[in-house]
Amino acid sequence: MERLAGLPLKISLGIALKSIRVRFFRSLITTFSLVLAVAFLSFTHISDDTAQSLLSLGDSNILSTLSSLGYDIDSAADSITASPKQRWIVFLSLLVCVVGIINAQLMSVTERFREIGTMKCLGALDSFVVKIFLIEAGLQGLAGSIAGTVLGGLASLAMALMRFGTTIFTSLSWPAVFESILIAVLIGTSLSLLGALYPALVAARMQPVEAMRVEQ
Amino acid sequence: MKTSAAEDSYKENMTRKNIVRVTDVTKDFDLGKIVVHVLKGIDLEIETGHYISIMGPSGSGKSTLFNMIGGLDKPTSGKVFIDEVDIAQLDAYELAWLRCRKIGYIFQTFNLIPVMTALENITLPMTFAGSTGDAATEKGMELLDLVGLEGRHSHRPSELSGGQQQRVAVARALANDPSIILADEPTGNLDLNTGEDIITLLKKLSSDRRVTVISATHDYKMLNVSDKVIWIRDGKIEKIQNREELDITTGGVAKTSGGDI
Repeated sequence: MERLAGLPLKISLGIALKSIRVRFFRSLITTFSLVLAVAFLSFTHISDDTAQSLLSLGDSNILSTLSSLGYDIDSAADSITASPKQRWIVFLSLLVCVVGIINAQLMSVTERFREIGTMKCLGALDSFVVKIFLIEAGLQGLAGSIAGTVLGGLASLAMALMRFGTTIFTSLSWPAVFESILIAVLIGTSLSLLGALYPALVAARMQPVEAMRVEQ
Repeated sequence: MKTSAAEDSYKENMTRKNIVRVTDVTKDFDLGKIVVHVLKGIDLEIETGHYISIMGPSGSGKSTLFNMIGGLDKPTSGKVFIDEVDIAQLDAYELAWLRCRKIGYIFQTFNLIPVMTALENITLPMTFAGSTGDAATEKGMELLDLVGLEGRHSHRPSELSGGQQQRVAVARALANDPSIILADEPTGNLDLNTGEDIITLLKKLSSDRRVTVISATHDYKMLNVSDKVIWIRDGKIEKIQNREELDITTGGVAKTSGGDI
């Protein structure tokens, strides 16, 4: 008996893209919680970056504004540290977001039970089903994270601009901002993949005979 | 199934062999407190190129037997051979290959992939088999013509009628030139005329392409085209009728069909 080979990534990617495009509105809603969480993450990171760069100016006016805004200024190390409370809030928002993604993806698996079963009857391997779900989640995660990062970053810069004026643009260290953007996109995409992993495994383990069942 | 009459009528075909062989198959479903014996020892041989109907009331084990033949379920005891290969011995990759290349499935609920067009649905099994591009597209278009859906290639399943969807499903089942087509109540969700069209189409494919068609059904219209009808009752084979015997009993069947359907 011959064995079936796996599909090249390009084809899985094409099928996943098609699936996202057709369910675009649904995908959008699923992605929205990620957009918000990542926006919050990038907002706090980039705000810290701006505050840090302003601190390095050594202006006493700015220093007092910063501390009145609630930044913990470590005068000895000459740096801004994120408060534990802030870190907890970011962590919790990301956690809530992952739970939301798992929920949405499990719903999506249930909704597509017959589709998955049919594909398995037509010769889809378990790995193909996992791949499709992970690619979909990865693409949604990437798009959502980028949107969220841009949103959060712009909001953070706009607020800094309002408080401190154009000084921020001369002092701001762009490599630090770029790093924050990269971290936010990476975390967002990984969380999306993490949330889709268990639902994808549930989908892949499904028996093809389920496709035959008639439930209406 | 030692039927000399059937053997005589297929004598001219010396290469004839059994595409499906089922030996002493039982299937139990463990429901926790009780074990349900759904199949109680089934022996069956299905010859290449035949049109087989499996008939039986609901709960008779018809669907279970059907899934077993299609490699979708494994027996509790006994063996199922497809093309002389014991399917219990196959690993996941070999089973996928079998489902992809040897068997074409047709479902009662059509089961087209809703996000894909008719053509994409038909070429999906080819994609799984590793053939893509122009060759697959061309073959997909040929199959669409074959089932009488010229010009419908870019339609989504939601834009097609039930009968048209089932035609796409038939074309999809043929995508990798399988030896067996398994049809689970293919006319169950169709009206009388459309159902008859699908039956005629399946019969034509079976005789033109020498594809073995195995269908589980309640539909007495199926009897007229079947080479063999396997009646299942209470987990056992009640009787197997050949084409010749069927012709004699058609009158009786027609009468019951009036009462039952």
